[in-house]
Amino acid sequence: MSSRAADVIPAADRRSPDRPTPDLATSDLPAARTARRGAAAVLLDGVLKRFGTVTALEETRLRVEQGEFLTLLGPSGCGKTTLLNLMAGFLEADAGEILIGGEQVTATPPYERQIGIVFQNYALFPHMSVARNVGYGLRMRGVPKREIAARVEETLALVKLQGFADRSPRQLSGGQQQRVALARALVIRPRVLLLDEPFSALDKNLRGAMQVELKEIQRRLGVTTVFVTHDQGEALSLSDRIVVMSAGRIRQVGTPDEVYRHPQDRFVAGFIGDVNTLPARLETLSGVRATVALGDLRREVEAAALRDRPPGSPVDVFVRPDHLGVRPAGEGGTLPARVAALVYQGSHIDLHADLATGERVVVRVPGQGALATHAPGTAIGLAVPQGGLVAFPPE
Amino acid sequence: MGRRLSTRLLRVSGRLLVGLILAFIVLPAVVVTIAAFNERAILSFPPTGYSTRWFTRALTYRDFQTGLWNSLVVTAWSSTLALLVGTGFAIALKRYAFRFKGTLEGVLLSPLIVPHFTIGLGLLMLATGIAAGQGFPVLVLTHVIVVLPFVIRSVFISLQNIDGRLELAAASLGARPGAVLATITLPLLAPGLVSGWLFAAILSFNEFTASLFVTSQATQTLPVAMYGYVREFADPTLAAVSVIYIAVTAALLTFANMVLGLGRVLNVEQSR
Repeated sequence: MSSRAADVIPAADRRSPDRPTPDLATSDLPAARTARRGAAAVLLDGVLKRFGTVTALEETRLRVEQGEFLTLLGPSGCGKTTLLNLMAGFLEADAGEILIGGEQVTATPPYERQIGIVFQNYALFPHMSVARNVGYGLRMRGVPKREIAARVEETLALVKLQGFADRSPRQLSGGQQQRVALARALVIRPRVLLLDEPFSALDKNLRGAMQVELKEIQRRLGVTTVFVTHDQGEALSLSDRIVVMSAGRIRQVGTPDEVYRHPQDRFVAGFIGDVNTLPARLETLSGVRATVALGDLRREVEAAALRDRPPGSPVDVFVRPDHLGVRPAGEGGTLPARVAALVYQGSHIDLHADLATGERVVVRVPGQGALATHAPGTAIGLAVPQGGLVAFPPE
Repeated sequence: MGRRLSTRLLRVSGRLLVGLILAFIVLPAVVVTIAAFNERAILSFPPTGYSTRWFTRALTYRDFQTGLWNSLVVTAWSSTLALLVGTGFAIALKRYAFRFKGTLEGVLLSPLIVPHFTIGLGLLMLATGIAAGQGFPVLVLTHVIVVLPFVIRSVFISLQNIDGRLELAAASLGARPGAVLATITLPLLAPGLVSGWLFAAILSFNEFTASLFVTSQATQTLPVAMYGYVREFADPTLAAVSVIYIAVTAALLTFANMVLGLGRVLNVEQSR
């Protein structure tokens, strides 16, 4: 909520928790050109991209494992699409190396990378039928006609579009067009599947169904997938790992649970999920834990981000709306607050409250009871959980 | 009530204005057509009697026969050459960054501004200088220069309407740059190419000023032959030729409209 718009702070250069790089010196040898066990599906090593004087992507190291579903998540302009275009070969890196399946591809043109890509607008060829769209990559590779027909049919079946082969793309719905785009990218058996915000043009219901289906297909084929999105919900529900990016750099790499529950910096904490920011004061630092004072309350948080802060310095505590609780005013172990507004959300109520210190917080209250019992203006006590809190220095 | 009346008045006067403008544009063609059927041997309006003999004369007059043939040959060559050259330039200007790009664009589009007689005179002097005479090559070159801006602009607009991601998708699927051009770019460009060619052909077929300088008796195009005729005779033959001209052009456009959909070809309608 307030911190959804959290500004980007210059964090220490965070490197993704990678395993050691495979021996790059051997990758020019013919034997090393085919994918080897242990080679990353995609490896970006010190890759950097500038547009004129603007650095779109700062020096970046990233390893995508074989068969994993990796999401590049961040607001627009964070460099995620630049990163995708570098992997696809649509852009040339200004520095660093890119390896796909252990093979050096830094200077390889897109048509030799064997990569499948699905664009936001699907980019179906309007002058070709569905079957010709899907078979395009095979025709370009000189695959025999009979095999093309068989593989096109098989792939259309995979995306549940049997019987649509002779349609024109403009006769299809958005969801069907997306399936065609996916089939066209998969039929060439890509080493990596790149997805550039493929769901953002679909309406909400269809989006959910397509996400489930995509995930199923991806798991069944075991195809390494790099997915670009600005939608944190999408990232959390689909990914094996999420790469959170902002301002041209990687902020954190981790499983959905890691980035959701253990954000490494202020930006990640604010960007993933809804969150409240509460002002607090650092009391003590001991090992991996720190104690902060929230009004009269004492709470433990992870210490990593506060290590160089002196005791007594101000910190911001991040807490999710569904972790806060509403208690009667004056109850022990709560922060005094006053209800400002109630927002009906169906399965729950979003209760907006003002703290005595002036901050606005949102509490997610299950059910509809709060509507009757907590009219705006009611004084309440805000219960802050003991665990699951993270804190960062103020901006 | 008063408001509704004024709305209706506005609507009626709007239609009237449009009607008047259309009438004004069509008027010369109507007058010429009627005059072409005049029985008497002078160009006059309104005619006193009717006859089709001037059409017979127009079709049998030697200079008009060769002029029409010359015009068709020159139009075919110049519009086709202009299409090839113009497409190349349009792609270069749209897709690539290079030094003096702005200058090149300015030079290529300059025939829109430079008077045609200047172009004609210049090419006449050039042709004389290199002893090329007033043959067809110089005439075709003149027409290519004059119609090139229209081809370039037409192709340029079509290029602008092609989603670059289609070409990227093709490349990711294994298509080399040449294959992308042949299987994606050119097929999608086809409406623009056809409209560019059509514009070029119509303009070339009607070109007079520059042609006047670079044609001889042997190479004169139909408009030049008509100009020559009107200096010697004042009978309605010329009006008959004009009617044929109008009919042929209208037939071509109707045909283009039926086969291709003119709105799409001329990029007036959205192709989607």
